[in-house]
Amino acid sequence: MPRDFYGTTLAPPLMLGTAQYPSPAVLADAFRASGAAVATVSLRRENVAAGAGEPFWELIRELGVRVLPNTAGCHTAREAVTTARMARDVFGTAWIKLEVIGHADTLQPDVFGLVEAARILCEDGFEVFPYTTEDLVTAERLVEAGCKVLMPWAAPIGSGLGPVNEYGLRSLRAHFPETALVVDAGIGLPSHAARVMELGYDAVLVNSAVARAGDPAAMAGAFARAVLAGSAAADADPMEPRDMAEPSTPVIGKAFLG
Amino acid sequence: MKLFLNGECIEVRAANLAALLDERDLGDSPVATAVNESFVAAAERSAQELRDGDRVEVVAPMQGG
Repeated sequence: MPRDFYGTTLAPPLMLGTAQYPSPAVLADAFRASGAAVATVSLRRENVAAGAGEPFWELIRELGVRVLPNTAGCHTAREAVTTARMARDVFGTAWIKLEVIGHADTLQPDVFGLVEAARILCEDGFEVFPYTTEDLVTAERLVEAGCKVLMPWAAPIGSGLGPVNEYGLRSLRAHFPETALVVDAGIGLPSHAARVMELGYDAVLVNSAVARAGDPAAMAGAFARAVLAGSAAADADPMEPRDMAEPSTPVIGKAFLG
Repeated sequence: MKLFLNGECIEVRAANLAALLDERDLGDSPVATAVNESFVAAAERSAQELRDGDRVEVVAPMQGG
């Protein structure tokens, strides 16, 4: 049975961030080119004074996509919970991409604060998408807290390194067959996205890799094709790799030529 | 009365949070609010009285990853 995201299916299985684009028009082009149906958004003080919050929110609404507000920049569970409640009030969705950052250089999540916040928010009716690592015990705690989706990183946010611990991602997939898994951070290329989809992941979230590309719309389209290819490959049951060669052309019947 | 709006100390006449947003021309804007680090829902802003020295946070939709 296909895994969904709190009752929602995504086609293509791609979420796009909305930050760092050269212009709102380019952002919109990226969404149209990819067909991504989910946009991550945030809340900030800056847009209040500038009056820019309304045009941005209008743009996202015109795209007709589902919004996934984040708690980016929060460093404590309390701060993240308050931000989530503020996001629900403005964006009118129970979805929340829960981020509790624990390490300044790597933006590695504070998994202790993350679990604490996830428990509070799930009990409060939120549908939580926790930004986490590939750690199995943390994942178990998040699922116990009520999360039906997990968002492990592939690599540090904005690094574009691609999956640096493929074993960890593979292990997470194997141990949580019922939970929808989205690779959230560190994807740099469509091949990275295809790779994690081949591992059986359910979706990929990208931002910097698209927004910082020379042609964001073209890159967004490339990501859409990559996640679809990876997903189709996973469904097609890939062959097992082997260490030794095995002739693909039949040996029997070969002409004897010396 | 003086309070802090997004970290800036300002003089206000508003007695409650809804009135403060109106005073700042934000009454109809898509914003979320908190007072002294506690979330205040849009529907509860009129009932949220303000006091001298309160720390009010007002945030708006912005791009995010």
